[in-house]
Amino acid sequence: MQKEPVAADFSARLKEALATEDGLVRLDALRSLADAAPGYVETIQLDRSLARVPPAAIDARLTRLRLALLSSVTIAQLVPGLRVAALRRGFFLDVFAGGFGQYRHELLDPATHLQSFAPDVVVLSLSARQLIGSIPVEADFEHVERVLKAEVAELQGLWNAARTRFGASVLQQTYLDVYEPLFGSFDRLVAAAPARAVARLNDLLADAASADGIAVLDVARATARDGIDFWFDTARWLQGKMEIAPQAIARYGEMVMRIVAAQRGRSRKCLVLDLDNTLWGGVVGDVGIEGLVLGEGSAVGEAHLELQRYARRLKERGVILAVCSKNEPAIAEQAFARHPEMVLRRDDIACFVANWKDKAENLSAIAEQLNIGLDSLVFVDDNPAERARIRSALPMVAVPELPGDPAGYVRALAEHGYFEAVSFTREDAQRAAAYAANSQREALRGASQSVEEFLRGLQMRVVYGPVGALELERATQLINKTNQFNTTGRRYSAQELALMAADNANITLQFRLSDRLGDSGLVSVMILRAAGPGVRELEIDTWVMSCRVFGRQLEDEAMNIAVECARTRGVEALRARYLPTERNGVISGLFRNLGFEPAGDGEAEGPSVWRLPVAAYAPRRTFIHRGGEPS
Amino acid sequence: MSEQEILAAFTRILRDLLMDDSIVLKMDTRRQDVPNWDSFAYISFVVAAESELGMKFNVAEVESFETVGDIVAAVRARLR
Repeated sequence: MQKEPVAADFSARLKEALATEDGLVRLDALRSLADAAPGYVETIQLDRSLARVPPAAIDARLTRLRLALLSSVTIAQLVPGLRVAALRRGFFLDVFAGGFGQYRHELLDPATHLQSFAPDVVVLSLSARQLIGSIPVEADFEHVERVLKAEVAELQGLWNAARTRFGASVLQQTYLDVYEPLFGSFDRLVAAAPARAVARLNDLLADAASADGIAVLDVARATARDGIDFWFDTARWLQGKMEIAPQAIARYGEMVMRIVAAQRGRSRKCLVLDLDNTLWGGVVGDVGIEGLVLGEGSAVGEAHLELQRYARRLKERGVILAVCSKNEPAIAEQAFARHPEMVLRRDDIACFVANWKDKAENLSAIAEQLNIGLDSLVFVDDNPAERARIRSALPMVAVPELPGDPAGYVRALAEHGYFEAVSFTREDAQRAAAYAANSQREALRGASQSVEEFLRGLQMRVVYGPVGALELERATQLINKTNQFNTTGRRYSAQELALMAADNANITLQFRLSDRLGDSGLVSVMILRAAGPGVRELEIDTWVMSCRVFGRQLEDEAMNIAVECARTRGVEALRARYLPTERNGVISGLFRNLGFEPAGDGEAEGPSVWRLPVAAYAPRRTFIHRGGEPS
Repeated sequence: MSEQEILAAFTRILRDLLMDDSIVLKMDTRRQDVPNWDSFAYISFVVAAESELGMKFNVAEVESFETVGDIVAAVRARLR
């Protein structure tokens, strides 16, 4: 793997950042330096500089997070990489670096320092060395399998401890294959050969992680892509028992923080593509559809097709696609309809913008139409001037640098991990269809005489129930990914959610919305918790709703349902809390609109507390019908 | 690279790593002469120096360097 390029003026910019007295200015400067893909020394410098930012500035700009890195070997070298990658994503990490070989003790013994540290995230970075050393080469398949399964069973116990003791989310690192060949290619056929045993161990680990809902940090895959010499340096192993070499720490931190950010709903959601010389070669307005370089045995044409294929795969896993192109709209649409080599179809694109306006303006319009934040967009354009324009006008939009050669486009897009995911649900696979249906709904809304006529014409149905085992994964995903319609911004793991759902003192509700244009799937979750022992009140701990169903009265019908459920339980009042976050301003008036009264002295701009006596609730009139299986 | 050039490069690397611009390395400087240049920072220094100069030290050398001058000599031997 090549050395990352470092900004030429890094040192000067760092000195300037440290010279300023203003903590916020210093922090912002450091954060922009973190974006400049720092190398090893720069990572350490940035980390040390971060320690010179006043806590007040940190609290004003970054989300604090407590991360414990536990290991069987030396991991202290990794800490700066973690903290700098966190900075890049708007987090500030307090790191607990576990002692050499202390990971079991730290997780299982209630008297350790880890207890008082109370981590939000636990990363388990383990070496397979001891395990591999314990297996004789002549051991048969069953023997090896038994040893590996025992190791994974022990891991599962540790994961469980991390979750139950700390409520932490767990990232389990895959085991690195740092072993030299023993037989050669024949290693693959010998159960106890290190290469084979490690590969098998990682497979078993992945199965267990999937079953337990644990995130996997796949460093093994990264070593296969980057080359083991980038990740592992025998000298560092011998000198300091480091299984991950210092020069890899920036990449390691980035991998960890991509997952941590994804778990908190900070992955990007939408890929916005330019057309001319990006999705195809040539300018369609000049050369016509017949003149485009696309597929047909031309290497350049194949390169553009590769980008289309990758975009299509992203769409299939739930990334929204949009087009933003300076073109005559009719010509651009025709290329999609008529060029025989096109892999992307017009209906793969949820939002298609071709005009001669400024692209910054168009990107804002795309975000608005899709009802997502600008910080959910990734913009891919071959034109350096357009990229520079977006970076300066809309710094929250991710704009990957593209190489001059289209052969490198897919790599340039993929290597940033913009769309890192921690789950894959039915709703993800159907997201494109859901957005297409939403476009039809928008058209219908425009053609309707009134909002009432539009909503009635949709023939909406809500199906609801408690959060059960079948809904657990999607409900967890929704709670963790939803930023706008999210009353408190609280995030819960699947296990925490399952525990709350199993407690009869609480009520959990999940809502699916469908209409004659399609099934939007599970789009809202509400958690009502007992306000206290002996109190006949429930508090809305969490209420999230997908932005895909805004403006369809689901919040009204969901509250009707919640009140009915509460009444059946003999609950006298519902309490609610609105905790403002960066992104949930859109629902600041939610509880007032639903008939709640202010309770307690919430500030106008700050958190507010609300109360609704169940007996006083007048059910909201909606056009949403109850029950029936979604079509 | 001359002795002085290597020394200057080492000084810059160590200043960057320890964020301490008061550091001035001489041929006879020992690790304990420099505040915070502990064994962990020593490995960091070796990593950064190897990367900057595009060479690897033997594990035996890394174990036996006593003065900065010893490290400079090891670099010079490889450049020859």
